[in-house]
Amino acid sequence: MTKYDAIIIGAGHNGLTNAAYLAKAGLNVLVVEKNEYIGGAAVTREMHDGWFYSSCSYVCSMMRQSIHRDLNLTKHGLVLVPYLGTVVFADNGDTMVSYNSEEAEYNQLRRRSPHDADAMFRFQADLARYAQLIRKTLLRTPPDPTSFRPRDIKELLWLAKEFWSLGEKELYEYIRFFTMSAADFLDDYFEDDLIKAAMASPGVIGTALGVYSPGSAYILLHHVMGDVDGNIGAWGLARGGMGAISHAIASALTEHGGEIRTNAGVDKITVKNGKAVGVVLDNGDELHADIVVSNMDAKRTFTQCMDKNDLPPGIYDKAKNFKIRGSSGKVNIALSGLPKFNNVPDNRYINRGGQGFVGSMETMERAYDCWKHGRWSEDPFIESVIPSAWDPTVAPPGQHWMSNFVQYCPPVLADGPWTPEKRDAFGQTVINKIERYSPGFKDLIVHMEVRTPHEIEAEVGLTEGNIFQGELTIDQLLFNRPFPGYAQYRMPIKNMYMCGSSTHPGGGVSSACGANAAREILIDLKRPNTVPEDDFYDE
Amino acid sequence: MTSSQVDIKDPFAGERLKESPFHPRQALLNLRDAWSSWNGYKFADYYYDEEYEYFCIRNSCATYDICPMQKYVITGPDAEAMLNRMVTRDISKLKENRVTYVCWCTDEGRMIDDGTIFKMGPDRFLLTCGSPSLAWLRKSTFGFDQLEISDVSDSLAALSFQGPTTCEVLKKMGLVGIEDLKPFCISYFSLGSDDNNRLMVSRTGFTGDLGYELWIEKAYALELWDKLYAAGEDYGIQPYGEAATNMARLEAGFIMPGMEFNEALKTVHYQYDQTPFELNLDWLVDFKKPHFNGRSALLEARDQGAEYTLVKLDIEGNKPAEESFLYSDKECSKEIGYVTSAMWSPVVKANIALAMVMTSALDGDIWAEIYYSKELRHHSKVAQCTFQTHPFWSPKRARATPPGLY
Ligand SMILES: Cc1cc2nc3c(=O)[nH]c(=O)nc-3n(C[C@H](O)[C@H](O)[C@H](O)COP(=O)(O)OP(=O)(O)OC[C@H]3O[C@@H](n4cnc5c(N)ncnc54)[C@H](O)[C@@H]3O)c2cc1C
Repeated sequence: MTKYDAIIIGAGHNGLTNAAYLAKAGLNVLVVEKNEYIGGAAVTREMHDGWFYSSCSYVCSMMRQSIHRDLNLTKHGLVLVPYLGTVVFADNGDTMVSYNSEEAEYNQLRRRSPHDADAMFRFQADLARYAQLIRKTLLRTPPDPTSFRPRDIKELLWLAKEFWSLGEKELYEYIRFFTMSAADFLDDYFEDDLIKAAMASPGVIGTALGVYSPGSAYILLHHVMGDVDGNIGAWGLARGGMGAISHAIASALTEHGGEIRTNAGVDKITVKNGKAVGVVLDNGDELHADIVVSNMDAKRTFTQCMDKNDLPPGIYDKAKNFKIRGSSGKVNIALSGLPKFNNVPDNRYINRGGQGFVGSMETMERAYDCWKHGRWSEDPFIESVIPSAWDPTVAPPGQHWMSNFVQYCPPVLADGPWTPEKRDAFGQTVINKIERYSPGFKDLIVHMEVRTPHEIEAEVGLTEGNIFQGELTIDQLLFNRPFPGYAQYRMPIKNMYMCGSSTHPGGGVSSACGANAAREILIDLKRPNTVPEDDFYDE
Repeated sequence: MTSSQVDIKDPFAGERLKESPFHPRQALLNLRDAWSSWNGYKFADYYYDEEYEYFCIRNSCATYDICPMQKYVITGPDAEAMLNRMVTRDISKLKENRVTYVCWCTDEGRMIDDGTIFKMGPDRFLLTCGSPSLAWLRKSTFGFDQLEISDVSDSLAALSFQGPTTCEVLKKMGLVGIEDLKPFCISYFSLGSDDNNRLMVSRTGFTGDLGYELWIEKAYALELWDKLYAAGEDYGIQPYGEAATNMARLEAGFIMPGMEFNEALKTVHYQYDQTPFELNLDWLVDFKKPHFNGRSALLEARDQGAEYTLVKLDIEGNKPAEESFLYSDKECSKEIGYVTSAMWSPVVKANIALAMVMTSALDGDIWAEIYYSKELRHHSKVAQCTFQTHPFWSPKRARATPPGLY
């Protein structure tokens, strides 16, 4: 039986990125994936004739451009297209449109509140400042603050320098930012409730927090720190759906000689003499490797795929207590035509962009209350986009697919386990809400895929359906991610690493976790580094 | 309009650039449809030819639509105290019917914006500025209850009327006694059609020349325009746009946001904004008055001395030093600053610029590395710069009362 230099468990985009960089360095790598398809949460699947859903993630802005270029992903079929225009809907049917034209945007805001229209300038500058700093850390391994190794000290000094370059006042503001609620943060800028709700919504996406919960401000930042071609905060679509990203990376991987095996779920990571030596598959096959890299989340890795006795004391508990509460569902809908929404001007720049059914700050918070009580939100917050309006490859001409990201939806219901009936009832709640703003919407529905955290966990293996492989709160960020002391991709077992979103810099389709982990592995193997540095437009 | 035209609903209704109250007249004169935008308003870059319009400012008279400028009326017993705490200058000394140039800063002493304050009554002020400032004004009211701020940006129309023949034209229009209006003073006139159309005239402007600004409720804007243009017909009246403004203000040595300074509230990078000292606005900062926003930071900044200072440069040759780096030697080995605005001045016949230069390098030589192109080929040259203390253009008529005959 062949022995691999490295086995990567999971063909999520981070696992594939990790494998690609190891293969590029000349390692003999194998990626084993439990599903029959690759991509994990960055996936495109034909769920209905001619309709290709991005079943999980649906928009892209965190993808590291230097990796895109370095792995030549364009050659491997990846094209990222920015999409424009978003409409947010208030409970009372009122709407607010965001334009990509500064003047149109300003006039729009000014009609709601002249005060907020000019506060928006300061808000954008402040966010850009904070985002820039975080962005610089994405393709870097977090330093261990307790270590005296020269590399850690150097990295800590770099981090300190970057922080200090904000200036004293902003430094304090920034520290506050990590623990603040989105609502408190926004109160310093805006008075209009719909503007606040629209700005607050990224603060709770994928998170079991409400807009008034401490910590939600940072998540807001996490969602605006990306960019498309230097347009900070802009989001783009991957042509062909999010799976195009995973497939391009996989294609780069195989070009470098790597191997991918699907339908090959891992049952256990084999440990001998305190060293990882391979994996046992669900079908009983044993595979051997010098190095094992897990693309699974930290909780699954340590509590499901390892023997507790193989782990140093404390790790099992850390993994068990890793905060990874699921809070979101996803409803993918095939439509026979482009839906029309009330109170939205009928123009091409916005009737094909995104829709944010935010309601109000109060509605968003009430939606969270339901989650706390183990129910899905009666009046959920929905973030939608109709990618087919931009991407001609994902639905038949003239027909559309709409991605609806829904909060909140609990991984476990108070009244017992999820059933197909409950899942469908959740789906109904979502389309009822959309119908309220788009009469006739239901008549357009051709097919629908409803996914609760239960389905997301079952399919992608994201524990509790948490979309980020672990919540993005300060206790689980930077050198605390996934656990303090283990933030440098090396795990407590020798020759074992992690490369998924449970590691720094966290969730989102960025390829950063996988690339950073590859850099660390190559350092340990004393091989030349193949992972590029990040590059920035704005410096 | 063709006869086959059907009634098509505008898909962008409400989202297009707003039109100023003067738009119907200005649009007719904007031969090239050269519109840009300012604060959501459609706004002319130029109407016919920027150099021609510039020469109207220097040679005859010309109008510049300042409706898109932000205008706030602040009234009430606390109005003066609030403004005095917000801006760096002491406005408690400002007399009624006078105007003063001010700037305001963040707590860190970085400049947010500059503008003018009009004292229209004991408890009544008009603040005008280039960028929306309502949010900052509101923040600045902290602790002051007895005042009201109203944003009159959209309702108060304003036309800047600049150039040597302006006084004559206004006289001809029937503004009796306009020749006695002193710089930075305000006076009121009636346009004559009914009792409400009070015209406020201030002797202010952004061109460094003789000029006035005319303020009126927007309902009377066209009436004002028509009377002014009728009176100005024989005096070379012409509208001008942003391009000519930019030329005239540079000759006068006035600073522009987005050119000389980056508004502090919109600045992302630490200290990429400026203090008033760096911009040579020391005279706007009054440490003798009671507390004002940014005071302690500004005291510190004053004592430390500014790292960079804004200077006026006269540069050899005729190639504008746009975006040039500045050096202390001809070999360009030591960088000491950068040009913020540059142009060939047609009236002074000089190659002029505003630049940020390291304060420590002000005594030495200054050289500019200039890039220019000639029929698509790029060239560069190094030109010596001479430091100027006075505005490049500052005619006596701009200050004289009466201004005298053009
Ligand atoms: C519903 C949803 C919406 C999202 N929306 C966005 C978005 O719009 N934009 C964005 O940037 N991010 C979004 N995200 C987050 C983003 O998709 C993820 O953070 C990212 O894709 C995670 O990639 P990964 O490679 O780290 O892990 P994963 O994609 O989770 O990959 C893990 C892989 O491991 C496999 N696996 C698990 N267990 C085993 C096993 N025992 N043996 C073998 N293989 C196994 C899984 O099948 C999977 O392929 C969303 C996520 C979800 C779920």
